[in-house]
Amino acid sequence: MKAFLMFPDRDFEPSRDLPPQEPELAADLELDTLLAAMAGGDEFLHAMARQGIHSGLTSPAEITYRQHVLADSVTWPGVVRGLYDLAVEGVGAQRQVFGFLFRDSPDSILWRSQELMRLYVELLRRLAGVAREHGPGFRSAGFTRFFTMLTDELSDDYFAEMEAHLADLRFRRGTLISARLGTGGKGTGYVLRRHPPRGGWRDRLPGHGRSAYTFTVAERDEAGLRKLSELTSRGVSETANALAQSCDHIQGFFAMLRAELGFYVGCLNLWDKITAKGQPVCYPVPSPLGGDRFAARGLYDVSLALTIDGKVTGNDVAADGKQLIMITGANQGGKSTFLRSMGQAQLMMQAGLFVAAESFEASTCSGVFTHYKREEDAAMEKGKLDEELERMSVITGQIAPGGLLLCNESFASTNEREGSEIARQIIRALTEAGIRVGYVTHLYDLAEGCYTQNTGKALFLRAQRLAAGQRTFRLPEGEPLPTSYGEDLYQQIFGPQHEPAHG
Amino acid sequence: MQAGEPAEPSFFSDLNLDQLFSAITEGRDEYDLVPFFRIPLHSAAAVSYRHEVFRDLQAPAAAAAVTTFAEQMRTMRRYLAQARKLRYRYQKEFWFLDAAREYRESVSALAATLTGTGLQAPGLIAFREYLTGYTGSAAFAALTADIERVSSALAAVRYCVNIKGNRVTVTRYTDEADFSAEVVATFAKFASGAVKDYRGKFRNWPEMDYVEERITNQVARLFPDVFGGLDEFAAKHAGFFDDTIHAFDREVQFYVAYLDFIAPLKSAGLEFCYPRVSAEDKEIAAEAAFDLALAHKLVPDGGAVVRNDFRLSGSERIFVVTGPNHGGKTTFARMAGQLHYLASLGCPVPAREARLFLPDQIFAHFEREEDLATLRGKLADELVRMKDVLDRATSDSLLVMNESFASTTLRDARFIGERVLDQMTALGLLGVYVTFVDELASRSGACVSMVGTVNPDNPAERTFQIVRKPADGLAYAVAIARKYGLTYPQLKERLAA
Repeated sequence: MKAFLMFPDRDFEPSRDLPPQEPELAADLELDTLLAAMAGGDEFLHAMARQGIHSGLTSPAEITYRQHVLADSVTWPGVVRGLYDLAVEGVGAQRQVFGFLFRDSPDSILWRSQELMRLYVELLRRLAGVAREHGPGFRSAGFTRFFTMLTDELSDDYFAEMEAHLADLRFRRGTLISARLGTGGKGTGYVLRRHPPRGGWRDRLPGHGRSAYTFTVAERDEAGLRKLSELTSRGVSETANALAQSCDHIQGFFAMLRAELGFYVGCLNLWDKITAKGQPVCYPVPSPLGGDRFAARGLYDVSLALTIDGKVTGNDVAADGKQLIMITGANQGGKSTFLRSMGQAQLMMQAGLFVAAESFEASTCSGVFTHYKREEDAAMEKGKLDEELERMSVITGQIAPGGLLLCNESFASTNEREGSEIARQIIRALTEAGIRVGYVTHLYDLAEGCYTQNTGKALFLRAQRLAAGQRTFRLPEGEPLPTSYGEDLYQQIFGPQHEPAHG
Repeated sequence: MQAGEPAEPSFFSDLNLDQLFSAITEGRDEYDLVPFFRIPLHSAAAVSYRHEVFRDLQAPAAAAAVTTFAEQMRTMRRYLAQARKLRYRYQKEFWFLDAAREYRESVSALAATLTGTGLQAPGLIAFREYLTGYTGSAAFAALTADIERVSSALAAVRYCVNIKGNRVTVTRYTDEADFSAEVVATFAKFASGAVKDYRGKFRNWPEMDYVEERITNQVARLFPDVFGGLDEFAAKHAGFFDDTIHAFDREVQFYVAYLDFIAPLKSAGLEFCYPRVSAEDKEIAAEAAFDLALAHKLVPDGGAVVRNDFRLSGSERIFVVTGPNHGGKTTFARMAGQLHYLASLGCPVPAREARLFLPDQIFAHFEREEDLATLRGKLADELVRMKDVLDRATSDSLLVMNESFASTTLRDARFIGERVLDQMTALGLLGVYVTFVDELASRSGACVSMVGTVNPDNPAERTFQIVRKPADGLAYAVAIARKYGLTYPQLKERLAA
């Protein structure tokens, strides 16, 4: 029995390794704010949200599958949250009997497993009840399959069969074990057997039935009794194992259900928070991997929207057919925010989530990577360039064609000429290899070089200076300009009476 | 082969022969092979006798037969030891039966394979004849038949034990249904992936406890003929192990151990050869020779093994090795010493081709790292050891010297080195002399200068090649700065890969 709510044909892997660049993505794209909104303070939901956001689905069909399950959840939030609670209860059931487990003793494993199995049978009854009552209202392929499966597999007959086994495991006629002669003549191949049906009175007379030799171990012979109980343990070991593993499987079923529903509960939490702010969201339209579509209306930074009090205005981008999106212009003009929203939207789309925009259409990518200027260790300029190069070298070892690389002020730690030359060579090699690059820079030498050599595969956006107090930004298309606004910013912060420190 | 208990020669550790032989004999303690590696041969005929055995055992069929035989014999010895240790009669007899079965199978398999193998070595041919006679004997046939009959009867025994409280009832097994299979079937629909194993972890002592013994007694009552047959077998075949086969089992391990040891190195592309050996001719030569102990360390990690050539002709006797630190000089010296010692054991040597001398003794004079405290003390110690060596060495000895007298000034080292070289030359022995003193390389016509080389395009890179040319005291440039592989052409290549 599989939940299959995350993938049409396979399990969600909640403990799969996150992509190696996950720490950079989390920091550079402000994912913590997004994940915290999904988790709503619950550690488990946080973990599922994090795993989910890094799904990296590349197939439009798989993305749509999740979008539909999510749409059902938005329609029936109470039922979905109720199912999640039931799964949580299922996962926790073993804690109710765990205290009785004595390690390595098949007897106690058998006893514990029977107790636990009784709890599971009860929870499964409730689950089957939800399926019968609410199943017909759901529309998505994922939920429809899930509820049909519950109704089919968990029939009344099946519940009766499980209970019969639990009754038989009391061994009223003794523990019957078969064996053969193993190494050194020791018994081996112990198998627990069902007693044959009782014959009539004739069987019990001497000389009838099978020949049997009986001995007894004295009641006071503790060592002998211990040996006997060890033999019993060997006999029931396989059956105890089978029942305990069945418990594990059922536990595994509930765990999977909790993980998969946990992702959607996180989505519901996020949905509630964003829509409460009156911000728009949309189900994105994914195109297949390897394409070069990227178009959005009203694309905004979801983490920023969750953080500030007011509303956030988004940007429109028409970058279909572009391998390079280069963003230049004024400091604090929304360049970083825009770059973040690009990465967030790409990740959210490829997780099956809605996107923080009025509309969003993009090709899926083979992986999102970020290379941001690191503010720390400003002391050693030489060391900083080394550090940047080293990080870039790691990224180029991981990124594949169809990938998306977001650079924020990369190679600004050396002089402009050097930094530009390094960056130009990297951008050229990456874009030629089919990797999309979003690059925020104030290296004019770099931006100007890319602009003059543009063969139509590059888009140039330029941040504008804004009136004081304005917090939302627009990034229109525009060629790079030779001066950044650092000087202005300086004067703005220090006041016009100060001479600027740099020319 | 005969083996006493000789002590480890003093040059073993300097030439890394101690670690080499302990790696070769690793896992074969029960054969006590160490003595075999401590007794060198001094005649070409004795070396050639072993070469022939090695050659025969290198044929895949013979090698496989001997390996299988050895494994089975080990198993058999373990079973016999177990039978001796136990006290319950039926248990002793069970283990004894297993040992006899293993013995019989190993001996017949070996006889069968060796018969179909084209042997050339006189030593192996004689053993094969013995084996043919032994396996064709009536006693061996009787052993075979008895094992088969008793074993198959025991394997067919099936019984049931019913435990209810302290009452134990033993019956024959009559197809009662498997309980756990039914449980598995019911819950199969939840099965998914790997699960934890909850089966009890039972310690399987070889001994039965007395409850098991009582159960076995009841099983014996249920199957009286089967257990009676076991009793008879033990009484009839008590002394099945043959002495000649016992001796073969041990001695062949000398060859197998060495061949097994070099097999992975050969797979890695390293070459071995049977050297031409002589106890008279000192015109030695080798092509593509390498340090076997070092190769054993490098090859598993994919490291490259540097191979070097050497040759002495006419009155040349001594290699004087100079060149950069960590440039492979010591390795070269060890290699030359190892090659000669391995040749004198009758083993294939690590070289593509070799012509080697069988020395009467081998000496090593290596710098002692531990005595760094007082320079004078160290030099004095070295000189004492040097004198001792020169007193004992003859014209047929091999002397390997590594950075001797490096603890003193250049002037002193040159002075002492020249004197020592002159004595070595006067003796006419074979020598390898690793030194930082370039002048020693051209001391006399007996000396051949060998130099560690560097890559001319990149002086920081050592090639570890030691070649015959005049000493030149080459220095190195600084290491080249590390690149990050991020230029356009490099990236194009990396991303295309």
